[in-house]
Amino acid sequence: MTDDARFGLARHVTLPGPLRLDGGVLLSPVDIAYETYGTLNADASNAVLICHALTGDHHVASPHPVTGKPGWWTRMVGEGKPVDPARHFIVCSNVIGSCMGSSGPATVNPATGQPWGMSFPVLTIRDMVRAQAMLLDHLGIDTLQAVVGGSMGGMQALSWPATFPERVRAAVIIASTARHTAQNIAFHEVGRQAVMADPKWRGGDYYEEGDAPSAGLAVARMAAHITYMSEAGLTEKFGRRLQKREQKSFGFDADFQIESYLRYQGLSFVDRFDANSYLYITRAMDYFDLAEEHGGHLANAFRATKARFCLVSFDTDWLYPTPESRAIVHALNAAGAPVSFVELHSPFGHDAFLLDAPEMNRVVDGFLRAGA
Amino acid sequence: MSLRPDLAIIADSVAAGTRVLDVGCGDGSLMAALRDRSGVDARGLEIDAGNVAAAVSRGLSVIQGDADSDLAEYPDASFDYAILSQTLQTTRRPDVALDHLLRIGKRAFVSFPNFAHWRVRASLLSRGRMPVTRLLPEQWFDTPNIHHVTIDDFRAFVAGRGITVEGAWFLAGDQRAKSAMANLFAEHAVFLLRR
Repeated sequence: MTDDARFGLARHVTLPGPLRLDGGVLLSPVDIAYETYGTLNADASNAVLICHALTGDHHVASPHPVTGKPGWWTRMVGEGKPVDPARHFIVCSNVIGSCMGSSGPATVNPATGQPWGMSFPVLTIRDMVRAQAMLLDHLGIDTLQAVVGGSMGGMQALSWPATFPERVRAAVIIASTARHTAQNIAFHEVGRQAVMADPKWRGGDYYEEGDAPSAGLAVARMAAHITYMSEAGLTEKFGRRLQKREQKSFGFDADFQIESYLRYQGLSFVDRFDANSYLYITRAMDYFDLAEEHGGHLANAFRATKARFCLVSFDTDWLYPTPESRAIVHALNAAGAPVSFVELHSPFGHDAFLLDAPEMNRVVDGFLRAGA
Repeated sequence: MSLRPDLAIIADSVAAGTRVLDVGCGDGSLMAALRDRSGVDARGLEIDAGNVAAAVSRGLSVIQGDADSDLAEYPDASFDYAILSQTLQTTRRPDVALDHLLRIGKRAFVSFPNFAHWRVRASLLSRGRMPVTRLLPEQWFDTPNIHHVTIDDFRAFVAGRGITVEGAWFLAGDQRAKSAMANLFAEHAVFLLRR
């Protein structure tokens, strides 16, 4: 099995599809970039799917090919971690719509031979989940031991048992929500407008010139980044401290450390992310409303599944605050599903799920072991 | 690991294979015992994040929440038993909590420290100070027990509401106490109720 070319780091597969999307379009073929860790056991019962967030990728526990940084969730996935390749067969795939090797606006439309650009079909979170299910079919995995995700990854983890009730035995949903609120949509719209206002965006057809709307995308990232941190965290990290200067410049340089930090976050982001993908994925998140997909009652989303659920929120997360997790918990209770939930303390806001959080690891580890 | 005496009484009385909601489940000791001994499908509600983490890490389904605000979210008759052990006296509205308990569970176990135990009476009578005892270890200003109740208060309360008492157990120290004079000699009571 170790010689199987389907398994390992930096894998890529072109599946014939077609994948019927929520928008009514058939996507074919479907490219998926993914990685696997650990060994699939004989009855294929130890598979754990990790779902990534908005700007994430499939390199969950291996170095990023562009930045060289360690995998984005090595605190959760790896030797001795709650999701452990010694016990689990771990799968992480790049969501469709993204730009790390899976089908998205930057990949080539086989019908035209040109990059899709804005002719790529608009996607939903459920479409991403269906593409993951196609990948699991390809890998010979019928049922997941667990699906685990934070933020947008949590939306996918929540959609999994709702979309494929028989194919998942446990779901871990961290710092996430069952729907985007008006405020969530508003922040995303600011980001999208920043991209589209950049003259280099050209309606999404910037690939040939190799001159991407980096300024607009950087601003989008800056605005989003603010929502990932708490006010207290920002104050502690930056306060009103000035950046490498004794006095204010009475100009518009990055006088404050927070300005310099945000500019850096924006600039470094454009090196690793495609502007059109940012539009498509934020759109998918804004369209997400799991209750709406189930007759307006969130509990109905979970009536068919026997999966166990574990939810974790963080007290300073104002992007997806604790009441959003509680609403999911109440719906799961109403549906009679086994559910655990805890709100943990962290000064780091929404980003907390990616940072060191021993209590989160303890909860997720215990939850996953209970179902093994 | 041995269970607290009031929890042991409940664990011995819950029928095997039933569905149980433990409100104020702490670190999940009772739930784990019910699961492991009787194959009970147990769910918990607990206010303290550390306790929730401990319970979830033993594989139990526990939600962080508050008996005062979160019981309303559970559907009617969704459990065979709803359990409120050592928690009634900490709720803001014990009457509302009890109503929810008997709405959610077909039966309810309620245990509480008896404020009419002779040691409590003696402390108040002789010293004129709020009692600090083994079962009520906190000072008046930091106690979570905001609605002290006696066994006779509780009996009058359930009788007045037409609630059926299917069982009652009384404890002094870790020993069973007799039902007669329980209000004076029992430190602790466990009631099994039905609507």
